[in-house]
Amino acid sequence: MSTVEAATPAPEVPRRTSSLNNRARKARKALSNPWASTLAVVIAILWTLPTVGLLITSFRPELDIRQSGWWTVFGSAFAGEGVFSLKNYETALFDGSTNLAVFFVNSFVVTLPAVFIPITLALLAAYGFAWVDFKGADFLFIAVFALQIVPIQITLVPLLSAYVDLGINGSFWTIWLSHSIFALPLAIFLLHNFMKEIPRSLIEAARMDGAGHVQVFFRVVLPLLTPALAAFAIFQFLWVWNDLLVALVMGDLKTFPLTVRVAELAGSRGGDWHVLSAGAFISMVVPLIVFLSLQRYFVRGLLAGSVKG
Amino acid sequence: MDWLLHAGDDPAHKLLLMLIAIVLFVVLMGIILFVVDRPRNPSRWFVGFGFTGAALLLLLLGLVYPAIRTIINSFMNRNSTEFVGLDNYIQTFTEQRFLIVLGNTALWVLVAPLVATFLGLVYAYLVDKSRFEAVAKGLVFLPMAISMVGASIIWKFVYEFKPAGVNQTGLLNQFIVWLGGEPQQFLLSRPLNTFLIMVVFIWIQAGFAMTLLSASIKAIPDDIVEAARLDGVSGFGMFWRITIPSIRPALVVVLTTIAMTTLKTFDIVRTMTAGQFNTSIVALEFYDQRFRQNEAGLSAALAVLLFVIVVPVIIYNVRQQRLSEDVR
Repeated sequence: MSTVEAATPAPEVPRRTSSLNNRARKARKALSNPWASTLAVVIAILWTLPTVGLLITSFRPELDIRQSGWWTVFGSAFAGEGVFSLKNYETALFDGSTNLAVFFVNSFVVTLPAVFIPITLALLAAYGFAWVDFKGADFLFIAVFALQIVPIQITLVPLLSAYVDLGINGSFWTIWLSHSIFALPLAIFLLHNFMKEIPRSLIEAARMDGAGHVQVFFRVVLPLLTPALAAFAIFQFLWVWNDLLVALVMGDLKTFPLTVRVAELAGSRGGDWHVLSAGAFISMVVPLIVFLSLQRYFVRGLLAGSVKG
Repeated sequence: MDWLLHAGDDPAHKLLLMLIAIVLFVVLMGIILFVVDRPRNPSRWFVGFGFTGAALLLLLLGLVYPAIRTIINSFMNRNSTEFVGLDNYIQTFTEQRFLIVLGNTALWVLVAPLVATFLGLVYAYLVDKSRFEAVAKGLVFLPMAISMVGASIIWKFVYEFKPAGVNQTGLLNQFIVWLGGEPQQFLLSRPLNTFLIMVVFIWIQAGFAMTLLSASIKAIPDDIVEAARLDGVSGFGMFWRITIPSIRPALVVVLTTIAMTTLKTFDIVRTMTAGQFNTSIVALEFYDQRFRQNEAGLSAALAVLLFVIVVPVIIYNVRQQRLSEDVR
């Protein structure tokens, strides 16, 4: 929209300003209704306050947390009494009874291959379905697409039994494998959609020049697909890092990621808010950073994959 | 061999295993692509399966086969040794305990997507084209990055209870006390507890709804809005008569997508109450029956049930999309 306007030639400048004015007027109008703006502000506050409350709590001393609400810190900070420290984080990370640092490493070890492997597999498969044009490609692609509706709950238990039979249960391998399998239908579908947007002529020209499919894949398709890859990588990263079910079912104490440990703390030490608050934010900090820095790609992926099952 | 399989407690060992896994995978894929690229004039079949074969094999062994296995197990007894017909399903639909679970699940699927979509829509509409749009959307969007476990802890703290007379530390009870009421143990009484747990889910999903709906609100052609404005439509009329009909297809997608997510979500209930106080839902009951009660048959039946409930939602979704594509 704005690019179209920017491209309009010079004589039309007056019209352009008027349309800008128009838009500014509309913009003012959208929130001019005091009820509407109040409602928007209320929603925004409701959505932010719970997180802010726990964040502030995570920096307060244990005793203070038990004795007063987090909102009192503003008063006491004004009176010069507020005490903030990183002690809760230290306890949560390194204290023998919580030891979140260990689980942080597990989260990282679980996530990296569980993002890299399915994306690579899905890229290859999506290329195969989109451009190799073999017999049965359409049918197989629709079958893969349909698999999106299978809830992972229905596959977990027999998959676990298979791992036990193979003697590989309770290792990182089964977690990587499970996450890779579960990610494939959506990943293939999404990347296939992006891949189909590449002009056919481009692929065909490369093929005419004698490039094999493998070369076309690496030299033509892959460079064009970077934004789509980023989009899906963030999806999968958030999904795996935040996952509880697969980690819980497939893993054991040596492989549990942060989510499992923090959920466990919420059950066994539900009243210890100094540990819980810090623990919750330790488990959130990495996805938040990834999310905030790559939000653009995430939104794009969301819009492209909204048919997800 | 065991060294390659289990890392034990050593972080360096874990990281090394991770690297080995990635390298192994790259080498494997490299070999496949090398073989595919080898022949001068390969058949399309050969190339096609070279590219898609690994993924298809994994899906067959890791998704299709286990799903069929679970369906079979749902007709078997608690250790999957004996055929019991429909017993597990009958038990699920007759026993009081499970009826509560089914009722809660129905409540979740009906209420949570509607509220999340409604709030997302209203918010997207309100902040659209306002000066603070980016920041305002960011605030509601942020919970999407947080794990459901983390979100549950955030909200559990909001619902925290201290007896009357003592300083409240939970925000909700503090509000009640400020308004002159008695502090409540919110998570203990049904059905209020289920709704309060749903709040956590809605808090996460509203951002998703907002993002998709905001994009389709922006895609409404300006001339439609302008024409309506010239006809004297404004405020609520604009929202109800112009915005909503224009974004109907997106609304359907958002509603059904959230409904499907609702069905599969078990983290929130598990972290908030562990299914106690009559808050359990099918997705959590599936887990508890299998891994705490060791009822393989019942758990399989519940998993199948999850799948069966998802299907009509998806059919509706696909149909609506077909319809809207026809209109275009």
